[in-house]
Amino acid sequence: MASRNPARPLSPHLQVYKWGPHMLVSILHRVTGSGMATVGSLLLVWWLAAIASGDQAYATFVDVFTTDTGRLNILGYIIGVGLTLSLFQHMMTGIRHFVLDTGAGYELKRNKMGAIATMVASVALTVVFWLYMGIK
Amino acid sequence: MGSGTAIGRVRGLGSAKHGAHHWWQQRLTAGANLFLMLWLMISVARMPGYDYAAVHLWLQSAWVAVPMALLILSVFYHFRLGLQVVIEDYVHGESRVVTMILLNLFTFTLGGIALFAILKVAFSGAPA
Repeated sequence: MASRNPARPLSPHLQVYKWGPHMLVSILHRVTGSGMATVGSLLLVWWLAAIASGDQAYATFVDVFTTDTGRLNILGYIIGVGLTLSLFQHMMTGIRHFVLDTGAGYELKRNKMGAIATMVASVALTVVFWLYMGIK
Repeated sequence: MGSGTAIGRVRGLGSAKHGAHHWWQQRLTAGANLFLMLWLMISVARMPGYDYAAVHLWLQSAWVAVPMALLILSVFYHFRLGLQVVIEDYVHGESRVVTMILLNLFTFTLGGIALFAILKVAFSGAPA
């Protein structure tokens, strides 16, 4: 056997399996997409239907996610931050998919950097969104 | 089979030239979603308040109702295509058919309610 060149990529194999950021963002894209498609769409439609139904139906919706003082409760924060983080992560990995679709960005280092960048960007956008909501 | 001309025997077999349709529709709606969801996040963040009157007034504007309706169409089409791929990966046999029918039911029911709600608010007069 020739000595192994450590710079060569490893194939996914039972004994040689290394978790990488590209795998993480791939599954994150699917998880966030599925989460928004189910929980997100149900809540969006509930919100729209509540606005159309009248102020009592709207109050029922708002009541689930806020305290008596009008601030978000724990459920409101979990759902709110969860959905915005999911949206921005799915949006960023979606943009990454557009780049990969052109055939660009498959070099090992660039691919890894792009994958990490989607997570950095999604967290940053989520923080910016909630800071804006907090200070306004 | 086995009769007719060579072209007659193969006609209707093989590629229907729709192989890339799903993939392409997913990308087109993804591009539309990028702009529509950015609009929604900015528009919601910039709303003056979140009480019923403010939200109702916001949704009543054509500048909100039209992009919101387009968002529902594009986003719902996109997630229907996406969840189809997820179902095809993890659900097999008869239950796949059932799950796919449920997916269509879910998408069109929710989409119908959403569009009706948007139009109802948009076409109603000024809130009392």
